[in-house]
Amino acid sequence: MKVSLFITCLTDLFAPSVGMAVVKTLEHFGCEVDFPADQTCCGQPAFNNGYPEQARTLAQRMIRVFRGADYIVTPSGSCCAMIRDHYPHLFADNAIHQQEALEFVARTYEYIEFLTKILKVDLTSYRLPEPVDFTYHYTCHLRGLELTGEPCIDLLRQIGNCRFVPLEKAEQCCGFGGTFATKYPDISGAIVRDKVQCGNRSQAQVMIVNDGGCAMNIGGAGHRYGGTFAVRHAAELIAAALEGGHGNAGH
Amino acid sequence: MPATDSQKKPAPPRLALPVFVPDFMASAAVESANQSLHDALDNSVTKKDYSRRTMLAELPDAEGLRALAGNIKRHTLDHLDYYLELLEKNVLAHGGQVHFAADSQQANDLVIAIARRTNSRLIVKSKSMVSEEMELNNALQAAGLEVIETDLGEFILQVDKSHPSHLVMPVIHMRAKEIGEVFAAHFQVPYTDDPPTLAEMARVYLRHRFNEADMGISGVNFAIAETGSICICTNEGNGRMCTSRPRVHVAIMGMEKVIPAMEDLPVFLKLLARSASGQTLTQYTNIITGPKRPGEHDGPEEFHLIIMDNGRLRILAGEYRDTLRCIRCGACLNACPIYRKVGGHTYGSIYPGPIGALITPLFNGLAEHKHLPHASSLCGACYEACPVKINIPEMLILMRRDQVRAGIATRTERWIFGLWTWGLRHRWSYRLGQVAQRLFMRRLPAKDDWISKLPGPAKGWTRVRDFPRPPKHDFRYLWKEHQAKKRAMGDGKGILGERSGLE
Repeated sequence: MKVSLFITCLTDLFAPSVGMAVVKTLEHFGCEVDFPADQTCCGQPAFNNGYPEQARTLAQRMIRVFRGADYIVTPSGSCCAMIRDHYPHLFADNAIHQQEALEFVARTYEYIEFLTKILKVDLTSYRLPEPVDFTYHYTCHLRGLELTGEPCIDLLRQIGNCRFVPLEKAEQCCGFGGTFATKYPDISGAIVRDKVQCGNRSQAQVMIVNDGGCAMNIGGAGHRYGGTFAVRHAAELIAAALEGGHGNAGH
Repeated sequence: MPATDSQKKPAPPRLALPVFVPDFMASAAVESANQSLHDALDNSVTKKDYSRRTMLAELPDAEGLRALAGNIKRHTLDHLDYYLELLEKNVLAHGGQVHFAADSQQANDLVIAIARRTNSRLIVKSKSMVSEEMELNNALQAAGLEVIETDLGEFILQVDKSHPSHLVMPVIHMRAKEIGEVFAAHFQVPYTDDPPTLAEMARVYLRHRFNEADMGISGVNFAIAETGSICICTNEGNGRMCTSRPRVHVAIMGMEKVIPAMEDLPVFLKLLARSASGQTLTQYTNIITGPKRPGEHDGPEEFHLIIMDNGRLRILAGEYRDTLRCIRCGACLNACPIYRKVGGHTYGSIYPGPIGALITPLFNGLAEHKHLPHASSLCGACYEACPVKINIPEMLILMRRDQVRAGIATRTERWIFGLWTWGLRHRWSYRLGQVAQRLFMRRLPAKDDWISKLPGPAKGWTRVRDFPRPPKHDFRYLWKEHQAKKRAMGDGKGILGERSGLE
């Protein structure tokens, strides 16, 4: 199965190891991973700030760069939501472009969604080298992706030595919100401090955050305010379990 | 308004909604640091949000019910002229009177005129957001009339000369201690912060006022066009006292409160109480059709329905029509991470929370409240909570766009987004930007790979949290390395190399 990776600009620069974990896990499960190097940004910051024309330019570019890809997989929930929720509307005035956008949308998957819906992976034969208690931050933009159940938790629970502990107010936003975080630091700071406190109270060693922006936000607040947990993408935990090496490459 | 107020400073242009807290940023800074407010809100609104979820989950098809409610509202708004005329016809047919008010001033004048004509001096009032919108109490007092709020929360606010901070829990920002102090001063009694004692104090006082009142004023949760009835939902029974005991009943509604038929009402009743307070139904659900009929013992002699526009028609005509679906349940406030940290007053007007962030600028003008559409993380919790499916985050984005188009966004911001977009249209400029960012940020002082101080427009970020130092190599570098390793290992599969995608 051929998969084209949409790494997203934040992950490219700030969390490349997440990208590599995505590559390694996808390859492990038998995907041929391809990285179209012309990709830049999905346009979400422009769109959310009220610049739809600029977002549209970048959306057109995205669609062009990933033309011909069987599946487009991204580790960032909000970028996936941008594509799915807003790309079709951006081209509402042009039936041909809109059709292209819809086809692009249909081939685009968030990482966990791709593992569970398309690859249908089973992680029960894998094991982490050391026991890890993880909790899960429900990134907001997954709401729009109809991932409102907890497929990510269910998936990670299959891994041996990987124990889920619940997070208080798990569905409360972390306060990132793109430019919101820098424009309204007082409010954003109060919200993310709350998230760090909830994370600490969960006593988890790892908080799973499947979105580049949320991870920077919660990680940065955790560092500032004494967070007792590490912020990780699900792909990193899965990659660690694969390296744990107890299982076969079965899927 | 008292004359002294207008003498102090020149009268500002009249806004459709009164604004009590004009400086959003200043208020947000204070309340974001107010831990006792956060704790209080978590104990009330966050809990209500969870009870809403539980209660909705018990319905056989909550999603379908929300969609139905949204569609009924959409249909009604699409044919608002028809349904308002039908409502008027049927209120008249049942002996009531109907008045249309273009704005809050006209609505206030109508109430005062009815009070004068019916010789009413003491007025009891149940909770109504539209009356807050009109600043009705001020208008009545200025006309020499006495008006008493009878909803416990609103009564406390009236005594405290303060304003509601939530659509359905108006005093959610006050602790029992503060309420005790307010009551001790007002009733000239020893201080207590025991809620039942405080409630009893208000109850005894209000009981007498109900008996003495000439006129009762209520809001309207739903007006049923088909029957000419109004429906009022309360939990304290004060609404029923206001609408049945006095000689005259005046009900005030925003023109969007009409629904087509009685069979639509249960759809909304099922959703309203569950969404607002996690109840199956409010304690009291009153359906009132006209005044007392010949032969009946109870009820008012006159029933007046005031239907107010105050900017709603303008909203109806534009892209934000869906905001008029709102049934004022407060579920979006309870679900909102921002409301939970700044409380209601920060939003400036009487409509707080996500829905307030939308409708306050719509009523008063986008330039008047330029922060409101932006002070949202667009997390979507409001949309998920809304019983009539108002897509609040989508409309907040629309409003940001309209601000840009109206020139309210700063020139610098427009310039930044122009440049940013241009940079992302080319691979080389994207790479240049990423490399420049990495080199610059890697020179900033950092501890454990976290930067504690960023310059320029990014300084807001590091005021409240650290920023990750970009690693030495970005993903593209690691990817190339990975590909090279695979080639070196002679692994035949998965080698696609670096492909442009723009062939």
